[in-house]
Amino acid sequence: MSPEQWTRPKTEGTAGPPAATAAKPTREQVIAGLRATSEGGADLVQLLTPEGQRVEHPDFELDVSTAQLRDLYRDMVLVRRVDREGNALQRQGQLGIWVPLLGQEAAQIGAGRALKPQDMAFPSYREHGIAWCRGIDPTELLGIFRGTDHGSWDPIKKRFHLYTIVIGNQCLNATGYAMGQRFEGKVGDQDGEATMVFFGDGATSQGDVHEAMVWSAVYDAPVVFFCQNNQWAISEPLERQTRVPLYQRASGYGFPGIRVDGNDVLASLAVSRWALDECRHGNGPVLVEAFTYRMDAHTTSDDPTRYRLADEQEAWKLKDPIERLRVHLVRDHGVEQDFFDGVQAEADELAARFRDFCFAIPEPPPERIFSEVYAEETPQLAAQREEYLQYLAGFADDAMAGGVR
Amino acid sequence: MAAPALERPTATAGTQTVTMAKALNLGLRAALERDPKVLVMGEDVGKLGGVFRITDGLQKDFGEHRVLDTPLAESGIIGTAVGLAIRGFRPVCEIQFDGFIFPGFDQIVSQLAKLRFRSQGTVKVPVVVRVPFGGGIGAVEHHSESPESLFAHVGGLKVVSCSNPVDAYWMLQQAIECDDPVLFFEPKRRYYEKAELDPTTTPAPLFRSRVVRPGSAVTVAAYGPMVRTCLDAATAAAEDGTELEVVDLRTLSPLDLGPVFESVRRTGRLVLVSEAPAESSITSEIATRVQQECFYSLEAPVLRVTGFDTPYPPSKLEEGYLPDLDRVLDAVDRSLEY
Repeated sequence: MSPEQWTRPKTEGTAGPPAATAAKPTREQVIAGLRATSEGGADLVQLLTPEGQRVEHPDFELDVSTAQLRDLYRDMVLVRRVDREGNALQRQGQLGIWVPLLGQEAAQIGAGRALKPQDMAFPSYREHGIAWCRGIDPTELLGIFRGTDHGSWDPIKKRFHLYTIVIGNQCLNATGYAMGQRFEGKVGDQDGEATMVFFGDGATSQGDVHEAMVWSAVYDAPVVFFCQNNQWAISEPLERQTRVPLYQRASGYGFPGIRVDGNDVLASLAVSRWALDECRHGNGPVLVEAFTYRMDAHTTSDDPTRYRLADEQEAWKLKDPIERLRVHLVRDHGVEQDFFDGVQAEADELAARFRDFCFAIPEPPPERIFSEVYAEETPQLAAQREEYLQYLAGFADDAMAGGVR
Repeated sequence: MAAPALERPTATAGTQTVTMAKALNLGLRAALERDPKVLVMGEDVGKLGGVFRITDGLQKDFGEHRVLDTPLAESGIIGTAVGLAIRGFRPVCEIQFDGFIFPGFDQIVSQLAKLRFRSQGTVKVPVVVRVPFGGGIGAVEHHSESPESLFAHVGGLKVVSCSNPVDAYWMLQQAIECDDPVLFFEPKRRYYEKAELDPTTTPAPLFRSRVVRPGSAVTVAAYGPMVRTCLDAATAAAEDGTELEVVDLRTLSPLDLGPVFESVRRTGRLVLVSEAPAESSITSEIATRVQQECFYSLEAPVLRVTGFDTPYPPSKLEEGYLPDLDRVLDAVDRSLEY
């Protein structure tokens, strides 16, 4: 939306504010406004148009080779394939829930590939693309959704924190982590460390996100706030979260805010790289608003047909992040069909492995309930475990006795 | 990364008479000296030294990056402490008053308590949250509450409360060295009571309760501010020939009820004393466990002397709300009547 659209109309010759209803846009107006802004405009950084046309931006240069473009394409296709497989597995009753990423591949792969090994990332729960870029095997995401664990990767080693489900909590955790990077003197040059935290447009209404921005500003924390504005917080549209474009909020905290076309992987990469570099040099924090769209439901429990228009989804299909890069690769880089077929085959193999892994995940043993609650286990917990395992063992005895009770 | 052992004498060695406030200050100082990863953070903890002056002089000596005057938001204090802990620091957060912990409640129960469990032990968050708690100081609302049971109910947290300067000094340092998140409840109305502190002695273990006055007639168990009240009641009762055994619980999660069980098996009677509302509280938990463990030893039902199941009253009424010596003695008499 353009800022103008949100200015209350001035009522000629009358004192005081206009009626509350006067400035409230209709749902259709809001959607129209979102579309208008996403098509371009001075406030949206774009390097690849929806038609796959490479364009330049005065502030964000990006030099990418054909090989790098192919890699970005591959990343997006593989991540989308895993996402679709996750969705299908939920529909088949293999997963309790799945959180679809569809439509947000460019935002995540662009940001994820901008991260350096020394950087830390704090995800929300839709960041399958970021996980991919941090070297988390997609199968490691399955346990969360199948209910066998809360995340099986080592967050310290992978520099990718566990998924955070309470909205906005991770923004403060990331800010604290980034404060630590600064306190340890790990910022200052191109080898410096930075932290990137991921959240959605709905999270911007949470107090924790506000507090994180206050904290990061006053402590000059090297943190990039990467907001994927996918237009909907379950059924609540962006207009329920804000009256100004989200990136503009950064000025209130005293750091830069930039809106990037979140369906443009090149722009997302260039802006994220710049923002992270600002942080690693000690000039953080930065807010990046990736303007994108959630093409699927919020989760597999959601039904978007109840709250949004089919037209809107159709309009966003035309801005598909993968398709635009594909067009660019074919037209401007002469990439042959073989490459796309190869990526597709690789994606199908990955999906098959993902699926097989899902079926094969062992049920966690009952003692998992009690493990690693404390560094120093309490006597109470030890007693509860003992009692519970003995209770379970009683059934085993029954089974060995032929099941007669 | 295990912190160095506590037994090492600190730079402040030598017996001295200190208030609990000073003991806490010395404890923080010792922890800051011992481990460069220890941070103190909260509202007004720097130049002002905290509203109760517990952190007095620490920022001057350790700098602004070790003793952080934070913006004014409790979720921010806890949430950034969690992030700092993930990075390898050991933050000690100060919440100014008990009633202000609730904006930070989400970060405490959703992140601080769960990260170790969620990550199967790969992430540890050794954060201490210091909470001056309880009433009796004539404060306005939200400044006199006893929310400790809310935290004791949460798996993944540990909850302790000190009752005297010596414990305050040691328990705070032990909590900082503990790799688990610890809620540290300080009885603010006892901040200025004094005791002899010798920093060269070996401290009692953190998660253990202790008999602080032996007796044979009735067991009285309490923690934090009510320990002093119970000791005073025991002195008064002794004048009438009734010997009360007083147990300082010290740790609320995990509860260490061994000494309580042992005592009740001898006395057959238990009175629990706490400022917190009675329902669904730590005293409820103790009463349940004592009837499970000491059923055949009990000569009377477990009785409780507590605050009421109401919001904390205006300060002109708190004298009636808070358990005092007379209410404790009344409960003792009722117990002995069975």
